[in-house]
Amino acid sequence: MSALIVLAAGPLSTLQDSGRWGYLRNGVPPAGAMDMIALVAANLLVGNAPTEAAIEFTLVGDGYELDADSARVAVVGEAAISLNGAAIAPWRSITLKRGDRLQIGALKRGARGYLAVAGGFAITPQLGSRSTHTRSGLGGGALTTSMRMPLNRARIDAGRDVALDPAQLPYLSGPIRIVLGPQDDRFTADGIAAFLSSEYTVTTDADRMGYRLDGPEIAHRDGFDTISDSIMTGSIQVPGTRKPIVLMVDRQTTGGYPKIATTTTASLPSLAQLRPGDRLRFTAVSVAVARELLAAQVAQLRALAAQLTPVLRDPRELSSDFLLSTNLIAGVVGPHD
Amino acid sequence: MTASIRIRPAGDSGLVVEFEERIDPAVSARVLDLDRALAEAPPLGVLETLPTYRSLLVRFDPLVADPAALEAELMRRAAASRADAKQGRLWRIPVAYGGHYGEDLDHVAREKGLTSAEIVKLHAGKFYHVYMIGFVPGFTYLGGLDERLHISRRIDPRLKVPAGTISIGGQQAAVQSIEAPSGWHLLGRTPVRVFDMRRDPPFLIQPGERVAFTPIDAGSFERLSGHAQRGEIVAEVEP
Repeated sequence: MSALIVLAAGPLSTLQDSGRWGYLRNGVPPAGAMDMIALVAANLLVGNAPTEAAIEFTLVGDGYELDADSARVAVVGEAAISLNGAAIAPWRSITLKRGDRLQIGALKRGARGYLAVAGGFAITPQLGSRSTHTRSGLGGGALTTSMRMPLNRARIDAGRDVALDPAQLPYLSGPIRIVLGPQDDRFTADGIAAFLSSEYTVTTDADRMGYRLDGPEIAHRDGFDTISDSIMTGSIQVPGTRKPIVLMVDRQTTGGYPKIATTTTASLPSLAQLRPGDRLRFTAVSVAVARELLAAQVAQLRALAAQLTPVLRDPRELSSDFLLSTNLIAGVVGPHD
Repeated sequence: MTASIRIRPAGDSGLVVEFEERIDPAVSARVLDLDRALAEAPPLGVLETLPTYRSLLVRFDPLVADPAALEAELMRRAAASRADAKQGRLWRIPVAYGGHYGEDLDHVAREKGLTSAEIVKLHAGKFYHVYMIGFVPGFTYLGGLDERLHISRRIDPRLKVPAGTISIGGQQAAVQSIEAPSGWHLLGRTPVRVFDMRRDPPFLIQPGERVAFTPIDAGSFERLSGHAQRGEIVAEVEP
C-alpha cells in the first residue's frame, strides 16, 4: 500500500482532524488539531476537505520518504524544510515522486505545524474521528521512526502546486479573548482584576492537555474545592496554586477546580501556537462579540481557497539544465546579449 | 423550582445549566431528566450534552444557535425537570478485593479502625448511583459510599493505576476504565471492562444507572478476566 515512511520522527507528531466530538458524556476528550486554522490551510493546499486528518508536529517536524508513485503534500508552519536535501519553502503544496525525501525541521516561530496529504491517510476512524488521543489509546498514537503512514489513493490533478500567504491566515492578534465564567463568582474582584490586567508566561508544563501559566496569583473566594463538572476546550481553571491552567484539546472531560473563564473559539488557534516562555494577556469579551469574531474568522478561512497562488517553479526544475532548456529565462538571457 | 437554577456561559459554544452545588441523587436526577428531554427534542444548534454531578453542559454550534434564545429555552426546560425519574439499570460488578488487586485495602482498614473484611462488607453492601462518566473514557463516578468509608485523597497520587481498579476518594467511589493516574485509594479490581473499543458501543455504563459490587476470589477473577479479554461483558445487568 502507498505510504509515507517516517524516516525520523519528531518529538511529538500525531494524526489529528477536527476532533472526536459527541462523546464528552462518555469521558472521551475531543483531541483533534490544536490549531484549526493551520489544519484547514494545510488541507486547502492539497485540495482536501478542510478537516481531513493531517499530521500535527510540535516544535520540530519529521523526515519522510514517499513509497508511492506520487503524492501531493503540504506543510503549514514556519519550518525549515528540505526536499531531497534542497531547501524548499513551507506554506505550499509539494508534489512528491517515489523515493523523494522530505525533511521538516524546527519551527522558527509558533509551536505546531501540519503536514497534509492529498486524499488523506488511510487510517480507520475510531468513534468517528482519526484524531490521536495518546492517553486513552484512541487513534494511532504518536509517530515513530520507520512507521508507515498509509495513504488513500488520490487523483492528483495535473495542475501546478499552490501556495498561500501566511499573512492571510485569520489569527487574532493581541490578547487572548475569553468569556468570563462559568465559575467567575468563585474568585474575588481582585482575583479577576489580576487575571485580566496581568501578563502571564507559558511554563514548560505546556502540552496538548493544557498550558500551566505563571504570573500574578488569582485569589479564590471560599477556597478552591468544587464538585467536579464539565470542562470545555479553552477552559481556564485555577487550582490551589492560584496560577491559571488553560485546558486544551487532550484535556480530561470533567474536573474539580473553579474555572474563571473560557477561551473563545476564535482565540484557540493563537493559543495553540504559544510555546514555553511566550507571554500572553487575557481580555474579556461578551458571547456576542466572541461569536462575531468566530464568524469573521470562518469567513476569512472560506475565502482562503480563492487566494491560493500557483507555485511558479518546482524545486527540481531549478537545475541549470532545466533553466536552459525552457524559455523561462529567455527574456532575460536572450541570443542578442 | 427555578430559584436555584443558574445558566452560565462556558465560552461561545457552551452553556452550563447548574442545579444545586451538592452531591445528591435528587440533583443528579434533575440533571439527567433535562439531559433526556434535550436528547428527545434537541434545540437548534445543540451538538451534545455532558451530565455531571450538579450540572449539564450543553455544547452548541455558535454559528447556528442563538445563545440568548437557547439560554431561555434551557431555563424553561430545566425548571420543568423532575427528580422522580425511574432509576436506571443495575450493574452487578464482580470485584477481587485486597492483596495485589487492591493495594490500599489494609491501609484504609487501619485508618478507619476496621478490619479489611469489614471494609469489603461496607463497600460491597451498597447500591451506588452513577453520577457521571468523566476524566477519561468510561471512568465511572459513583455516589452512595457508606459514610464510614469517606476518606481524604492520597497525598501522593499514583501515576498509573490499571483498568478495572475499584477505588474510593472523598465521598465517592469509582470504576477505573483505562490505565490512568489516580489519587484515590485502591480497594480491589474488577475483570469488567467498562470501556472496550472492541464492543459497539464501547461504553458499558451510563449516568443514571446503578452499580453494586460482588466480592469474588482470585480464581474467579482470573477466569472472568480471560472472558473479558475476549471482549465479553462479565458483569450482570438487571432492569
